[in-house]
Amino acid sequence: MTHVFPYLIAVWIFLVGCYGLATSRNLIHAVGCLAVCQSATYVLLLAVGYRDGATAPVFSDLEPGTRPLVDPVVQALALTDIVVGATVTALLLALVLQVAKRHGTVDPDELSELRG
Amino acid sequence: MSRRLRLAVLAVGGTGLAALLVLACLDLPSFGGRWHPYGEAAVRASLDRHTANTVAFVNFDLRAHDTLGEMSILFAAVVGCVVLLRQARDEHREPPQPSDVAPPVRRYALLVLPVALVVGLYVVAHGQLSPGGGFQGGVVAATALHLLYLGADYRALERVRPIGTYEVTDALGTCAYLVVGLAGVLAGTAFLANTLLPYGTFNTLSSGGTVPLLNAAIGMEVTSAVVVLLARFLDQAVEIEEEQGS
Repeated sequence: MTHVFPYLIAVWIFLVGCYGLATSRNLIHAVGCLAVCQSATYVLLLAVGYRDGATAPVFSDLEPGTRPLVDPVVQALALTDIVVGATVTALLLALVLQVAKRHGTVDPDELSELRG
Repeated sequence: MSRRLRLAVLAVGGTGLAALLVLACLDLPSFGGRWHPYGEAAVRASLDRHTANTVAFVNFDLRAHDTLGEMSILFAAVVGCVVLLRQARDEHREPPQPSDVAPPVRRYALLVLPVALVVGLYVVAHGQLSPGGGFQGGVVAATALHLLYLGADYRALERVRPIGTYEVTDALGTCAYLVVGLAGVLAGTAFLANTLLPYGTFNTLSSGGTVPLLNAAIGMEVTSAVVVLLARFLDQAVEIEEEQGS
């Protein structure tokens, strides 16, 4: 069990985020929950790339070949993930601002009716 | 759908998803293992091409196409936010009123501002050598500018931050990335292939072929993108007011 524990943490974070999304009463809170879901993927990616006793894959002060390195590919993927997450959050918050202005509420349950 | 029903559906779906994810996790290679073939191949390629920061190498050489996509997403999101957060017909601009800032906040903000700005630019410039790069440094540099809003007031920030210029810089950064990619095509290799420039001396600023150039283009784009995004949100919070009685 301990050899997959970090992956299970990622699963737990993802499910907590999903629960928050489904029960959210405030759109800004929902955007925050989406960010929680996404942080599960950071944990998963970095856990996949981890290696016991290894150091960062950066050679500015490290002689190549002297120490084992963690996986740089998943670290680069995590960076991509963070950037995309930030842009999505910005865009969603802009949408929430417009919803708040046009409908006067940010409670998703009160946004069911169509308005022209 | 009532709240109770929704929670019941969520409980069923969530339990199923949790069971499937846990089963999948149990079959993954164990945490901290020594088997990382892709990582090792990336490190070897990075050393071949004299790039000290392997993560930057993966982003700007091996996966340069993906970074192009990522940058386009950022650019599209900025355009989307600019459109969504524009001044609507039933709104007007209210000049922001200056208000007092607590002296310690002002002192600290103005002291840290130049340091943060230089750190941001340093992180961008050394992206191919040490941890960091265009994305990280760009965000630091852009937020450094906003210390002026905390330390002084909104009008001071608006003076050092002409939005039009940053919008143009954002587009120019995106173009610069494409131009570096196209230079490879013109030189007879492939789009975004890092075979154009000499790889230089390992662990110096000019090492890594096109990696520092792409990194600088991204730094420029991210700095201006974050400045534009924050400016649009701050405009909504500080300046744009709804018309009374609408």
